[in-house]
Amino acid sequence: MSRRVGVYVCHCGSNIAGTIDCEAVARAVGERVADVAVSRDYKFMCSSLGQSMIQEDIEKEKLDRVVVAACSPHLHEKTFRRACSNAGLNPYLMQMVNVREHISWVTKDQVEATRKATAMVTGAVERVKRQEALEPQYVPVNPATLVVGGGIAGLQTAIEIAEFGHPVYVVEREPSIGGHMAQFDKTFPTLDCSACILTPRMSEAGQHDCIHLLTWSELESVSGSVGNFKVRVRKKARYVNSEICTGCGVCEEKCPIKVVDDVFEAGLGIRKAIYMPFPQAVPKMPVIDTAHCIWFVRGKCRACEIFCPTKAIAFDQKDEIVELEVGNIVLATGYDLFDCRRLPQYGYGRLDNVFTSLEFERMCNAAGPTGGRIVLRDRETEPRSVAVIHCVGSRDKRTNEYCSATCCMAALKFGHLVRERIGAEVYSFYIDIRTFSKDYDEFYQRVMDEGVHFVRGRVAEVTDVPRSPAEEGKLVVQCEDTLLGVQRRIPVDMVILMGALEPRADARDLALEAGISCSMNGWFTERHPKLDPVATMTDGVFLAGACQGPKDIPSSVAQGAAAAARILGMITRGRVEIEPVVATIDEERCSGCRICNALCPFHAIEFDEARHVSHVQASLCKGCGTCVAACPAQVIRGAHFMNEQIFAEIEGLLADAWSDVSEPVAAFAAGGVDD
Amino acid sequence: MVRYAFYPGCSLDVSAVAYDESVKAVCAKLGVDLVPIADWNCCGATEYWGHDALIAQALIARNLARIDPELEQVTAPCAACYLNLAKVDRMMREVPAAAERVNRALAAGGLHYEPGRVRVRHLIDVLYEDVGRERLTEASTGSLDGLRVAPYYGCQVVRPFCDNDDSEQPVRMDEVLTWLGAEVVEYPVKSQCCGGHMSQISENEAFELIRRLLDCAHRSGAEVIACMCPMCQLNLDAYQGRVNHHFGTGYHLPVLFFTQVVGVALGIEHDVLGIGREIVPAREALRAHGATVVAAAEGGRDVP
Ligand SMILES: Cc1cc2nc3c(=O)[nH]c(=O)nc-3n(C[C@H](O)[C@H](O)[C@H](O)COP(=O)(O)OP(=O)(O)OC[C@H]3O[C@@H](n4cnc5c(N)ncnc54)[C@H](O)[C@@H]3O)c2cc1C
Ligand code: SF4
Ligand code: SF4
Repeated sequence: MSRRVGVYVCHCGSNIAGTIDCEAVARAVGERVADVAVSRDYKFMCSSLGQSMIQEDIEKEKLDRVVVAACSPHLHEKTFRRACSNAGLNPYLMQMVNVREHISWVTKDQVEATRKATAMVTGAVERVKRQEALEPQYVPVNPATLVVGGGIAGLQTAIEIAEFGHPVYVVEREPSIGGHMAQFDKTFPTLDCSACILTPRMSEAGQHDCIHLLTWSELESVSGSVGNFKVRVRKKARYVNSEICTGCGVCEEKCPIKVVDDVFEAGLGIRKAIYMPFPQAVPKMPVIDTAHCIWFVRGKCRACEIFCPTKAIAFDQKDEIVELEVGNIVLATGYDLFDCRRLPQYGYGRLDNVFTSLEFERMCNAAGPTGGRIVLRDRETEPRSVAVIHCVGSRDKRTNEYCSATCCMAALKFGHLVRERIGAEVYSFYIDIRTFSKDYDEFYQRVMDEGVHFVRGRVAEVTDVPRSPAEEGKLVVQCEDTLLGVQRRIPVDMVILMGALEPRADARDLALEAGISCSMNGWFTERHPKLDPVATMTDGVFLAGACQGPKDIPSSVAQGAAAAARILGMITRGRVEIEPVVATIDEERCSGCRICNALCPFHAIEFDEARHVSHVQASLCKGCGTCVAACPAQVIRGAHFMNEQIFAEIEGLLADAWSDVSEPVAAFAAGGVDD
Repeated sequence: MVRYAFYPGCSLDVSAVAYDESVKAVCAKLGVDLVPIADWNCCGATEYWGHDALIAQALIARNLARIDPELEQVTAPCAACYLNLAKVDRMMREVPAAAERVNRALAAGGLHYEPGRVRVRHLIDVLYEDVGRERLTEASTGSLDGLRVAPYYGCQVVRPFCDNDDSEQPVRMDEVLTWLGAEVVEYPVKSQCCGGHMSQISENEAFELIRRLLDCAHRSGAEVIACMCPMCQLNLDAYQGRVNHHFGTGYHLPVLFFTQVVGVALGIEHDVLGIGREIVPAREALRAHGATVVAAAEGGRDVP
């Protein structure tokens, strides 16, 4: 078996060549490794000149295998595969070696780096010589889409896809769609009323023929892969018959049980045991909270049932599992607000008049617990001075190191609202003011002009322990003013903590179910931080909104729309190409033992009862190799991961080390190292 | 049961005798086996660091190096001693060059300390984690009877290292005392500075810091202040009269070591715990809760 392999070592400017001597690698491999017909190094292999170099060599030098040593295959495998096919070479006869992320970016010693690159390229040459031509496979794309999370980001995706007539299922955990935006009064920087811009979207989603809302529901499991996912959703029992409930609200009025609403009212307000979180809820239909309903707790009451004019209360309802088939999935689950109790020095939960940002949003909202009045916890007294503390749980090694991106602007919004509505003094304690988006800094200027005092420095503590008569009965904010270089103690009546945005508490579980990963901080990881912030490493799973990282409404909407565009493109194309690097079973030799069936983590192996053999469904197989290793008859082939290929690669990798060791060993055996 | 190397430090030897007595009595009662470090030396407190860092580090490391090789943990009740031991161990773990320098100094005395060999723990952590809620509740005799205690942690036990508790609003002492039947009052200034040696350098500054601590305890209705540091105890107790004189206030707050309060709960005789050595007497407050009912105490210093 004689091959003609072309080897290309990319400099990536100085990214690779700064550490690895690319020319030496190309030369060593060209001279020492058998079957290498051409071995070159070049400044930018991904440039059109680099690509045409490969194409020309394939044609002129009659290359039948190609190795490109450059960056991660995530970035450019497609590029080089395309270059090969353009020259008539099967794209799966090209192998990439990641000498950038795996070597030059993580190695300091240039000699070591160059040696490692030579070894890895040699391994790749040995493997690629044994690789086989594969044919890409195509599967049809189910035009239905699943959106998890009905906040502004998820709704944007749903509406844009539905507009093209394709079905969308929106799974929302809470009784209503709307997400955090439904809690707000005004939105920065334009201060337009949040409900006025959000509720039209909500009702559009509620009424759209192609949008199916599954509220009060959670994702149970996901199987399948791009184009053809199978999803199970748990529709939690509402105990209200959705067919006949008119949303009149009589049940809510009659229910005797009041519960502190920690979700929608952020703990500031109450709801009943049977409730709609807010008047414009979509769907306009209550749910019963079984933890508090007297009927569920003590077997008494049923007031709601008695008074319901349409007899819609259904105490015997059960959770329901809905099975859906979709082509693509969008995760749009948003964020949780940081639990401000984790920083006890700010007194939240201990000092009455310390509020969280979401509590303050609800307080400002005309439909909220105080009817929009800015008052202290006693619900009567208007504060005469308010402190707004930035970065609570953000930019802090003890909690979260990242910037939550939206809280400076929300803090400015609060400053404005306080000045406008009650004219109280406002002190905004910041580390840096981050107002980076369009029209944001102008808003900052405006709020400064409105007389908000800005104090630069991280607050040390909020205390009710006075040091002087002026501090009696006040909350005192202690802070080093880093512009004045002095310690300041500012007595105020009310404190608002701008809590961080944190990943949802269950984000990691959802990521696991959807087969994607999370960053160190717990945000969902995008395919590429700059070039592809919408897709994930799992084909067919997309991200929208704050679940990918802290962001404001405009960016959440943009990302939601981008996810929709990507999915619409796939639906229009009708089919997706899937990697042919999959397992295949030699059915002639399969004994039908079925050991592999249960082992496959992707449920890709089915059993053909008639012929008594197992069969791999290529569209589901991810090429992980579990079954290949498990088959007692050794009749499963993992394309591109055949024993022969793997051993050849290992031998190639070790060729250099082997010669280093084998020479002295050989010499010793010959009795030559006695002296 | 784990045995702990015990570093008493100079204060416990001389000024904070009550701390020493109560630590030993409480640990004996709870079966916490303390093995004093043989031939220990002064940790240099906070002063030596400003003078010569290598000497300061070596002084402390010498104590670590002298710990019986069988023992894997060391505990120190004094806040400054605890912090110094923890600081040097950590520095030696994280900065190999510094570890080497210190060990070169120790080598002159034929000693060596392997960074990280022993785990440095404050006594409150031993009570909180190792003895634990169950055993403490069991051992409690109920004699605290709702005594209102202000838990005062000071700076050094919770800062800068505070792996297990909150460094701004710690809770471990609160919990231990609550398990034992005390009523721990809200004491938001619990980790603020008492002024340390400021009382010798700049009295007025120190008076103000001490006043804040006393004032907050007084407002929150505490009957005694429990502290973890000899310096804190000294400042709040010995300077209380002068603070009152300076500000025209009338605070009367006994300041005990937390181990003394723990000891009372365990039913240990008051004079064994060193109660009565304090300047603002604690007897009255304890008696108000029937805590002097411990018979043997009547024969001790506690008799009026
Ligand atoms: C105090 C405050 C004020 C703000 N003010 C503004 C402002 O004025 N202007 C602005 O542009 N931005 C503002 N923001 C930022 C704004 O909240 C976010 O940009 C926006 O809410 C992100 O939308 P989203 O859809 O990604 O997430 P979310 O609004 O969090 O919505 C996510 C939805 O997913 C649901 N969900 C979560 N997990 C699951 C699950 N496992 N299964 C099913 N459903 C699930 C949730 O119930 C929720 O309905 C503010 C943020 C804060 C904290
Ligand atoms: S049965 Fe439950 S939900 Fe209905 S009114 Fe009574 S407490 Fe409320
Ligand atoms: S946006 Fe502002 S307040 Fe929020 S974390 Fe960033 S800097 Fe802090």
